[in-house]
Amino acid sequence: MKTWLLNLSLCLFFMGIAHAETVFVSLEKDNALAIVDPIKGVLLKTIIVGQRPRGITISPDYKHLYVATSDDDTIKIIDIKTLKEVGRLPSGEDPETFALSPKGDRLYVSNEDDSMVTVIDIASKKVLKTIKVGVEPEGIAVSPDNKWVVSASETTNMVHWINTQTLEIVENTLVDPRPRALHFSADSKQLWVTSEMAGTLMVLDVATKKIIKNIALTIQGVSRDKILPVGVVVDKKGDYAYVAMGSANRVAVVNAKTFTVEKFLLVGQRVWNLAFSPDQQRLYTTNGTSHDMSIIDLKNHKVTKSVGVGRYPWGVVVKP
Amino acid sequence: MLSLSAPSLCLAKAKTKQIIKIAYFSQKRAVPAALSNLDPFIQNKGMSGAKIALEENNTTGKFTGQQYQLTNIVVPIKGDIKKAFVNHVSADTHFVVVNLPVVKLKQLADLKASQQKLLFDVNTRDDGLRGQQCRANVLHLQPSRAMRADALAQFMLKKRWKKWFLVTGPLDNDRLYAEAFKRSAKKFGLKIIAEKKWTHTHDARRTAQSDIPVFTQDIKDYDVLVVTDEKGVFGEYLSYRTWMPRPVIGTQGLIATSWHATHEQWGAVQIQNRFKEMTGRIMQEADYGAYLAIKAIGEASVRIKTNQFLPIKSYLLSDKFVLQGYKGKSLSFRQWNGQLRQPILLAAPRSLVSVAPVEGFLHPKTELDTLGFDAPEARCEKKQ
Repeated sequence: MKTWLLNLSLCLFFMGIAHAETVFVSLEKDNALAIVDPIKGVLLKTIIVGQRPRGITISPDYKHLYVATSDDDTIKIIDIKTLKEVGRLPSGEDPETFALSPKGDRLYVSNEDDSMVTVIDIASKKVLKTIKVGVEPEGIAVSPDNKWVVSASETTNMVHWINTQTLEIVENTLVDPRPRALHFSADSKQLWVTSEMAGTLMVLDVATKKIIKNIALTIQGVSRDKILPVGVVVDKKGDYAYVAMGSANRVAVVNAKTFTVEKFLLVGQRVWNLAFSPDQQRLYTTNGTSHDMSIIDLKNHKVTKSVGVGRYPWGVVVKP
Repeated sequence: MLSLSAPSLCLAKAKTKQIIKIAYFSQKRAVPAALSNLDPFIQNKGMSGAKIALEENNTTGKFTGQQYQLTNIVVPIKGDIKKAFVNHVSADTHFVVVNLPVVKLKQLADLKASQQKLLFDVNTRDDGLRGQQCRANVLHLQPSRAMRADALAQFMLKKRWKKWFLVTGPLDNDRLYAEAFKRSAKKFGLKIIAEKKWTHTHDARRTAQSDIPVFTQDIKDYDVLVVTDEKGVFGEYLSYRTWMPRPVIGTQGLIATSWHATHEQWGAVQIQNRFKEMTGRIMQEADYGAYLAIKAIGEASVRIKTNQFLPIKSYLLSDKFVLQGYKGKSLSFRQWNGQLRQPILLAAPRSLVSVAPVEGFLHPKTELDTLGFDAPEARCEKKQ
């Protein structure tokens, strides 16, 4: 009886992986990845992945996960089917955030302590180049048209524009203090940047590399000091941008056409990073100090569920 | 190697390079007597923080076409600081980081040679210097005694440890810190139910084990012992030895500080690591102060794209200026006395206990101004 049940549950588990979308969350203090079925809103499984996993991304063919295990000084490649490590990438010391090229052939890694960006060729697992940027680079993104890699340095307060062909910096944009995360619009025409210290969301025009809009993320009844925006994403249609507000425990809903804040949605504590469901109907958040993720219904802009995932959830990716 | 070409490319674009000259001015100190050998004496405290900040400024400068130059001026123990200032701080160096005690800082600030300069005081915590005896050409990077006492008072009030037993050390600075605690107690409605002066003797029959219970025995019904012993000659003896089991706060036990070894939040772990790697030791308050001073000069010059003294000075004191200082809130200068607004860490030797302003202490402008002398109380008339 017991084996039968176990078999059934295993079956269900693999069916879950195979048929519905799956969310992977890195758990900074559990040294693990949480695997969540967001439709049912349940934690399916937790796997040990290495020391202090933070940055996480998924290959365009959805076969591999890349996870920065910061205290192991490496980026691990995890096979999504077997959930086993199949390789490592030479990330440099203490990797935290990175971005994958649209084709999935290159990884761009922020090396916070060394003030540089490391470019890794995934096929050969070799470093192609290191590029000196400002102090404490963190947020990093590649434009969907694969023309630009942008790196935000938190202490230099700049966005560095790196040409993906030459791998050289061609321009630097001074932004509000302590820029954290960057996100390109789907048409690669805009770059959205959060500033943790100023509590702002900036929209940069990719053509001119200038700030065209600076949106103050003020919340009524929450003191200015607590407004610490981190992760930002923009939907494919360019209708809405969503910002994880860190210790303000909210997600800002920003109209991406009028550049106005429409709403703040209360989620878990210290909300850090965000990811869309493949159909862009839902948004998943990692809430660091409440140890859960929130699921937001984007049609109604309502938080529908929170799922306990483990200690200090950090990054989140979704496999269709 | 190739990677270096990127910044230089940008330099070429930025046309002429702007040079910003900064001096770091300090005097050699005699090694003081110490209560224990746990904390080694650090001669160059402060300078290391300045160096890291300079490096960071120059990394940013590569992208903005600005270059920061730091001259280190160390006056010998018995040297004449005024002469050294006049002779060694060049006329085109307008920003001077000063790591000196109160009296000497005042001497420098009043020199004719320093009237067209801005001095960044990274050492003192004196409330007088931020009040009636303020100087228009000095900014203060360290929290004043009033700010520190307020920070501890807020936390005590939150804990409902409202009855204080104040033990004051024998030195002038101890008396000043005790005054700050009295002011804070009044401000936050706490009670100093007893006050004693610690008088040090060399009587061999008096030991910490026997002396402190006797010293504290007659004080009844207090919640917390507040000690002011800035030099650290007796304060460490108090914990665990009082007649009644009571926590110790002030200069020992739970302390109020601008920086601490245990501080890791808000990206602080990154600067802690950078600092340790460079110096082999933990960052101290003076290092943090000097780091912030030079970062402030960098931030202002980058934002307004100039190396000119007056615009940078007025930008530093304007509402627009914000500085990142690894404390989760942006730092800025109080226009009324040149004091850097900042959160204050409340730390036990091995644990960061809290950060002030403590939640719930509100202010119409910024909660940071619940610490220390606020604008309406300011007694500095020399600030513009």
